[in-house]
Amino acid sequence: MSPKLSSEVRLEGVGKRYGEVWAVREVSLTILPGEFFTLLGPSGCGKTTLLRMVAGFARPDAGRILLDGQPIDPVPPWKRDVGLVFQHYALWPHLTVHENVAFGLRERKLPRAEIADRVRAALSQVGLEGFDARRPSQLSGGQQQRVALARTLAVQPRLLLLDEPLSNLDAQLRAQMRLELARLQRDLAITTIYVTHDQAEALSLSNRVAVLQGGSVVQEGTPEDIYLRPHSRFVAEFVGAANLLPVQVVEVRETGVLVEAVAGTRLPVPTDPTRWRPGSRALLCLRPEALRLEEAALGRGTGFLATVAARVFEGDRHIYEVKVGEGTHLRVELPALGEGRIFRLGDRIRVEFSAEGAVLLPEP
Amino acid sequence: MNLVLVRRPRLWDPEGVLVLALLLLLVAGILYPLLQVLSVAVSSDTGGFTLRHLGAFFRRPLFLESLINTLATGVLAVLFGSMIGVPLAFLTVRYALPGKAVLQTLGVLPLVIPPFVGAVAFQQILGRSGMVNLWLLETFGVTLPLMDGLGGVVLVQTLHYFPFIMVNTAAALAGVDPSLEEAAQNLGSSGFRLFRRVLLPLALPGYAAGALITFIRVIDDLGTPLMLNYTKLLAPQAYLRVTTVGLTDVDGYVICVILVVLSVLALWGSKAALGLAEYAALQRSGEAAPRALRGPSALAAWLIAAALLAPALLPHAGILLLSFSKVWSLSLLPTVYTLGNYEEILFRTPGFIWNTLRYAVLAAALDVVLGAAIAWLLLRGSVRGRGWLDVIATMPLAIPGVVLAVGYLRVFHGWNVPGLGEPLTATWLILVLAYSMRRLPYTVRSAYAALQQLPLALEEAAQNLGANRLRTFARVTAPLMARGLLAGGLIAFITSAVELSSTILLVPRIELGPLSYGIYVYMQSAVGRGPGAALGVVAIVLVGCGTWVAHRLAARGAGSLFRF
Ligand SMILES: Nc1ncnc2c1ncn2[C@@H]1O[C@H](COP(=O)(O)OP(=O)(O)O)[C@@H](O)[C@H]1O
Ligand SMILES: [Mg+2]
Repeated sequence: MSPKLSSEVRLEGVGKRYGEVWAVREVSLTILPGEFFTLLGPSGCGKTTLLRMVAGFARPDAGRILLDGQPIDPVPPWKRDVGLVFQHYALWPHLTVHENVAFGLRERKLPRAEIADRVRAALSQVGLEGFDARRPSQLSGGQQQRVALARTLAVQPRLLLLDEPLSNLDAQLRAQMRLELARLQRDLAITTIYVTHDQAEALSLSNRVAVLQGGSVVQEGTPEDIYLRPHSRFVAEFVGAANLLPVQVVEVRETGVLVEAVAGTRLPVPTDPTRWRPGSRALLCLRPEALRLEEAALGRGTGFLATVAARVFEGDRHIYEVKVGEGTHLRVELPALGEGRIFRLGDRIRVEFSAEGAVLLPEP
Repeated sequence: MNLVLVRRPRLWDPEGVLVLALLLLLVAGILYPLLQVLSVAVSSDTGGFTLRHLGAFFRRPLFLESLINTLATGVLAVLFGSMIGVPLAFLTVRYALPGKAVLQTLGVLPLVIPPFVGAVAFQQILGRSGMVNLWLLETFGVTLPLMDGLGGVVLVQTLHYFPFIMVNTAAALAGVDPSLEEAAQNLGSSGFRLFRRVLLPLALPGYAAGALITFIRVIDDLGTPLMLNYTKLLAPQAYLRVTTVGLTDVDGYVICVILVVLSVLALWGSKAALGLAEYAALQRSGEAAPRALRGPSALAAWLIAAALLAPALLPHAGILLLSFSKVWSLSLLPTVYTLGNYEEILFRTPGFIWNTLRYAVLAAALDVVLGAAIAWLLLRGSVRGRGWLDVIATMPLAIPGVVLAVGYLRVFHGWNVPGLGEPLTATWLILVLAYSMRRLPYTVRSAYAALQQLPLALEEAAQNLGANRLRTFARVTAPLMARGLLAGGLIAFITSAVELSSTILLVPRIELGPLSYGIYVYMQSAVGRGPGAALGVVAIVLVGCGTWVAHRLAARGAGSLFRF
């Protein structure tokens, strides 16, 4: 299937209101041609609403949406040429798989032979050759998902919109479909907006991610940006596990700040020094896998003294809970096959981390 | 990439035009005739407003007696109907007994026979010189006036309409969350107290709906009293005023207004009852498991059911027997049998059947189209004012057939159909219009229910792939609603096929009469009773088959096909 010229999408201050409540507010994003862009956020944060505005099923109450530089708000959904894969697939139960996939092609009044060719190509793209005559009710969840995808890809839309496409599949199938989606998108080089509440999907699939909270974009960037350099407590906690230690800035330096954490431990943290003043309260964000454990006597690097409070073995890793102060615990993940020794409950240890792994967040 | 990015300015909005056209049709077919009837009843000779006519109604002993009798038939039919229908509903929902499906089918069979046909059969069996009285006379030398006067009317109507109460109560009972009942048992409630304090209030909404339909139908029923020759009721009085005195007689209109007021009051009453019991339908956790009955208790249950049902199934046997009889008078059973009655209606006067099919099919088809369009506009449309479509389309539920017919006669007798050069009331089109308007609520409701079950995403998916709203409707919405639409259309068809209340007033000439009219005409004479009964059998077969198919469609419709 020959990929079309892929399109660029621009959202300019887009907002949507239901009654008094803004479900989406002032969202401005530019999605580049061929990009895999993910909207990530918890349930109810406005992801579906945003996608529906792009597809034309909801009208923005503020701002506008441009497709390749042209505003599309006055264009009805059936003329947008924007392919939406629905969360619950929305396959037509009265049509066969073949008829479902051929639907959009027939609307485009293509010749019979070409329709047959393109349906076959689309079905083989998603690995469903030979399922033409089945009804949707005779397919498994994963197969229905593939038909929904094939149905959309068959018309070669300018833009692919996916609304939590994997959320209704079991874990194993989800992992497999994730890989297939990534391959398909790369092959077709089609601009894709992907909606999910699953941070692992977002990080593994996307070129760029926008994290939404309460209808607003709170952070936008590459998966690495989002994961390693969260801007807020919300992003840090939503994208992966995070240890958040309350700290106080004691000194502002040239390339970072010095903070005081529990039990008077002082730690240097690299950060934009202009954002902080001595005395300001902050949260130190430490990813569990960025921490190391050493015997208390041996440690030298940045870190603090602690006691092992709990340990769980999860096959590929050990998960420790260590107590660093009264009522303050840290989660530490160590690879099971690493060279470090295994600690026992009550062991006195040092928790260490490299300064690059630490992020200072404003206290909300 | 060429995309039409600017919507062309439109001179008219297709959806708006559709709403306007439908409103026009509904106003012409329902609202305007109704308002005409009302306005005549409250207009003085000079055209001003007056309540004099309405006041006069209450000073005429005959009218007053008719009003009281009408209320009595409605109330008594509901009362007696409840005594049969409610126990049967409990029996079939709460207990599992062998042959339950048979029982449920037998329970709705009375509806299959048009009430006025049933009236004739009852006359033959229970009437003054019917089977039962002849036997009583021979054996004991006494007779019972079972079919005389008001009592006969109530008897026929009770035995015809109780299934409405049974079916609606059963549906409500089946929907009662078993955990509610278990909770009550857990708190120490059982037996009759459980029934009265928990089950009865929970089943009330369904019961109220059934009782309401029964009441409205009974006071609207014109055929039964006419067949039994008892006219001291409002519907026959209106009919007699219009047919004997004429359309200029204001009393006919006044009676119509009283009938409408009764229907509307009944509607309000049941709404209030429903409002009180709204909580019943809140939530449910599962299907109530019926208690299994075996051995003696099953037998007892069947005996109770049989005792309740048997009288209601008498007319079916009676009419069948009558249709094959050549001579059946002053004897227990027919003395000479014949196929001649069927020969008469099939070959000599086939018009009655043929007309029925033609009118009822046309009316049902029109209703399906209108119902689908109105349901779509209500659920998917955006034009303001479309809510009025629902309001007007629902009105016929509370407008007695006699009233609508009188309104039509008043409004359309002077209106020539373009191209025909005849007044609308002189053509059979008036019957199609009357049937389709009277039965429109059925298809609107079934289409509404079908569309409501349809996930919006199915239609959005079609639009997303390039189908505009009309194409989406044709390729996705309509096929997926088909079952519901067809079920509603069938109900409209069968109920139109046996309609008599407005038919009897609106049939322009006897050759244009449908089956119900034919039965009525045949039954006027002693020699016509055989062919009349044969037509009655045709009606039963028609209604029976239609009901069966509609039930199958409705049962399968929502389930397997639309599950995701
Ligand atoms: N049609 C609607 N009417 C009213 N509120 C809506 C409607 N659609 C969505 N919302 C509200 O808007 C918010 C965002 O919804 P949605 O976009 O579906 O969230 P998400 O897809 O991220 O879970 C929610 O609070 C939801 O309740
Ligand atoms: Mg959503």
